[in-house]
Amino acid sequence: MANEQAQTQTHGSGGGVQTTGHVWDGTLQEFNNPLPVWWTYGFYITILFALVYWFFYPSWPVGTSFLKGVNTVTYVNQDGQEESWHWNTRAKLLGEVQAAKAEQKPWFDKIASLPYDKIATDPELNSFIQSAGKALFADNCAACHQTGGAGKIGHYPNLADDNWIYGGTFDKIRETILGGRHGYMPPYAEALDKGQVDTLANYVLSLSGEPHDASKAAEGKSLFHSHAAACYYCHGDNAQGRTDIGSANLTDKVWVWADVPGGQDANAKLAAVRNLINAGLNRGVMPAWEGRLSEEQVKVLTVYVHELGGGK
Amino acid sequence: MFKNFKHEALETNTGLLLVATMFAISIGGLVEIAPLFLIDDTMEKVDGVRPYTPLEQRGRDLYIREGCYTCHSQMIRPFRDELLRYGHYSLAAESKYDHPFQWGSKRTGPDLARVGGKYSDEWHVQHLIKPTSVVPESVMPNYPWLLETPLDYSDVGDRMRALRTTGVPYSATQAEYDQNVKQFGAEVAAQLHIPDAQKNLVAQAQAGNYDGDRSSVTEMDAMVAYLQVLGTMVDFSKVKPEDLVKYR
Repeated sequence: MANEQAQTQTHGSGGGVQTTGHVWDGTLQEFNNPLPVWWTYGFYITILFALVYWFFYPSWPVGTSFLKGVNTVTYVNQDGQEESWHWNTRAKLLGEVQAAKAEQKPWFDKIASLPYDKIATDPELNSFIQSAGKALFADNCAACHQTGGAGKIGHYPNLADDNWIYGGTFDKIRETILGGRHGYMPPYAEALDKGQVDTLANYVLSLSGEPHDASKAAEGKSLFHSHAAACYYCHGDNAQGRTDIGSANLTDKVWVWADVPGGQDANAKLAAVRNLINAGLNRGVMPAWEGRLSEEQVKVLTVYVHELGGGK
Repeated sequence: MFKNFKHEALETNTGLLLVATMFAISIGGLVEIAPLFLIDDTMEKVDGVRPYTPLEQRGRDLYIREGCYTCHSQMIRPFRDELLRYGHYSLAAESKYDHPFQWGSKRTGPDLARVGGKYSDEWHVQHLIKPTSVVPESVMPNYPWLLETPLDYSDVGDRMRALRTTGVPYSATQAEYDQNVKQFGAEVAAQLHIPDAQKNLVAQAQAGNYDGDRSSVTEMDAMVAYLQVLGTMVDFSKVKPEDLVKYR
């Protein structure tokens, strides 16, 4: 604006508009248009908004404290007394959680007071379990047991079948969720020779009706029940496993740890079982959920998981 | 005073423009940063938060090396949906030994602030090698080399010494160690002692057996040890929720 004369210079279709006085190439000029009216007033409105906002919400620091605003949030403290605090996200969250809890209270009270079998047979509660349980399962269980509960052979047990390693009753499922589990089988690679492991693997396959060598399976059977291998200690005299220690039932067609269904041919299936006997199992760890989930959430999940596999 | 002020004076004088710009920006800094040094109660007083052990700290370095933070935040915000999915909101106190902290607002993957203890070690190993093997819809890349690469822990003492200069209470002297015993207890204090760092790191990897193979200390051991401690230090059953409200 130093050049007073240039300010009033106009050119072409911009007639009458003030310019900054800069001219390039003799014709190019920089117009000095005023801001649009809507923009100017928009700007003033944001300033007004800030003033109102500062009044209601925490804002400016002052010395060793800050302006807290006049807005407050009310919540119930742990002693059951109502308490108010200046607006902040933590107080707001506490209030919101308590309001949501109050809304869900009739449902959870019912679930807490009723025994498991009553919950499972009440159609209204059941649909609540289906929706609440599904969300809980997706957030907490699905990473291992997969979204539908089908698990992964060799890593995470299938919850959607009727085979329960640690028991499929409500109480057992609850115990599993709260305390977690740790599957263990000792390795036999050093205790037994290769031929012995082979006969055992044939026997285990024969129990499930998989292709096997009958004479080796017979040898494996006596080894299974002998003190040398002592498989029956954990898997039981009938090889049906024990839910109290989580040893697998070897007589059904369900495979949890040895990937027999994934084996391309009889040899691969045999190798899968042999590998497991040789290496044992020390990694079947399920974390404990006590403390991470509330008592009500555990109960919802227990019923949900129970129904996934048509529990016991 | 401003009657004769011409904006053009600012626009045509680089030095003046620079000074004026810095003045304008410093107001923002003063208002937002300076009060944090004056206001007493921004850091919650909670029990349990301790510096990382040497193995966990190396895992944290790998976490940064691999750029995990570009997709994962470690900051659960105080919203109900986050509380339901991830657990208790993060406290400032829980990040006080993190340099740099892993807060953030950009998430491609889930928040990891409380991932510790949620999954088994085996799951983490499998997931890091090939995420889609356990989460079919995952877009996370594979990190198979973590399991194959031996962990270089020759400089772990130096790394701890560097953190010590930023205020993390790793102990270099007997006096500092004694102070840590008082503050954290003997077991934790032993882990924080820089002269024993390598010994402690190997011992924790052996005992924890995070990658399922005791014969060597791999990068996977460190990474899983780190992931498994995230968000587990504070026992929230001992904290009154209304007390945390009052720190804001």
